This record gives sequence, C-alpha cells and structure tokens, in this order.
Amino acid sequence: MLTFRCPYCGIDACETELAPGGEAHLKRFGPGSADADFEAYLFLRHNAKGVHFERWRHAMGCGKWFLAARCTATLEVFGTYPAQTPEPPQDIVAAIRAKRPDWSLS
Amino acid sequence: MSEFSVSALDGLSVGGSVTIREMGRQGMVSLRADLSAAAKAVARVTGAEMPAQRKISAGKECAVAWMSPDEVLILCAADQAGKIAFDLSEALTGQHHLALDISDARAMFSVTGEAGAIRDVLAKITPADIGALGLGEMRRTRLQQVAGAIWFEAGDEARVICFRSVARYVFDLLAMSAREGGTVGYHG
Repeated sequence: MLTFRCPYCGIDACETELAPGGEAHLKRFGPGSADADFEAYLFLRHNAKGVHFERWRHAMGCGKWFLAARCTATLEVFGTYPAQTPEPPQDIVAAIRAKRPDWSLS
Repeated sequence: MSEFSVSALDGLSVGGSVTIREMGRQGMVSLRADLSAAAKAVARVTGAEMPAQRKISAGKECAVAWMSPDEVLILCAADQAGKIAFDLSEALTGQHHLALDISDARAMFSVTGEAGAIRDVLAKITPADIGALGLGEMRRTRLQQVAGAIWFEAGDEARVICFRSVARYVFDLLAMSAREGGTVGYHG
C-alpha cells in the first residue's frame, strides 16, 4: 500500500484516499505547436521502472493536488511537494540521490 | 437558507458495541478564503481563533474546524447558520471569499460509548489512523466508499459528518461496524 504525506494538510494519506493524476512536470504544447511535440505531450510518458514523479490529488481529504516522487518498482516514497512547483525541488532530488546514487534527473 | 425542517435521518439511533445517533439538524457554514486574511472576520463573527492545521477551535456557541489550507467549516446551531454566513460575507466585503450555509447538504452522527470501542468501530470503516487522532483534531477521510470527516468531541464521543445524500449509507456502515459479535478490542 502506498502512503503519501499530503504537503497541504500534513496527513499521511493512504493510496485509497487519493486520486492519481499521472506523470508530473509535463510541459504543455498547445495550439500552434509541432505535431510531434503535441503528440508527445498528449501520449508519450516515461513509464519508468524506478524513480518516478507523479501527480496525486487528496480527493478524500483537503482536495488539493500535490506532487510525489516514488519508486515504481519498490513503491518507496522519496517525498511529496506542492503542485505549484515547476521542477523537482532540491531536497527531493537529494533524498532520491541518497537512496539511488546512480539516478540522474533527466 | 435552510429549506428542510427535518434532518437526513430524523434522529435515528442504534445500539451495539457503541451507540450511533443521527444528530438532527446541525448548522454548518463553509468558508473558503485566504485564511490568514480572514482570521479577523472569523473572530468577530464566531468569537473563535482561526484554527491551526487540522485543528478545531471553539467560539461563541460554535466551533471552527480547519478543512483545507483555504477552507474552514463552522459548526453552529441550525437556526444560526444563515446569519453566520451572512455576517461573514459582510465582514469579508472586498476580499475574495465564499461563505455559504451548507447545513442542508450534510448529515452529522454522534458515536458514543467506551473510548476504545469507538475507535475500533471507526477504524473498521476508514483507512485513517484513528489511534493517533487526538481531541480537537479534524480528520477528513474516506468512510468506505464515500468522503467524510471524523473528530473526537470528548474521550467517549466521536462525531462523523458526511453528505446528506449518503447519510443512510454512513449510518448503516457505522451500525454494521458496531454490531454485537464484531468487537475487535484493538484500541483497548
């Protein structure tokens, strides 16, 4: 079972209290962009085995969206942070590096 | 404005390892705003301090509960909810906010009995860590299939709120969880 700490209300929320929102930190390509970019934005995902950044919503709680870094293979959670964060914050990156020395932010 | 003269289950109650009672008409006002900016207005209208994260603070014949970083719930007498919502809107004029009497959208239950038995009954229907829930702390969570919130009014009384439309479902859940023969004894 996954447990994320909601950065807004501080609750350790069980996976079943949350709604998944897919991969985090996508860059939007809207009208006027190249077809390849638009396709990548809509459909192409990392689908990583290992470190993954995700969006989650505390649906059965405060209702806020937040971002989380976790390992898709072991379900280990490295940390959570507010949704208004354009890229993974330093402390999250450091927490991941401490556990996965060969990982790099791509 | 309150339109219903009766609550969702009209005071229905059932016994078991704990006693579950639908609490009748309960005033509830939802306020969404920048909470730090709204603290003064809330203090003036309710007499309560702005609650800290997940806490409930007591005011004049009402209580203010923290629901999210931009939302508080004011629990009051049923006939006061409309006035409190109106007064809050007046006090917050010029500030981006929403103060609404949502009494008719909700149902409230009391769960009374032995402290351990109450926690057992609740823990069976929610993933929340009920053992760690202290007095005066609001825990929004999932009650099996639906959203709800739980807090302890006293050591021997917990309160549960949910949407009015699922009041019967939540009542039946609590009743089933409290049925004789299903005691767990985990919380002592």
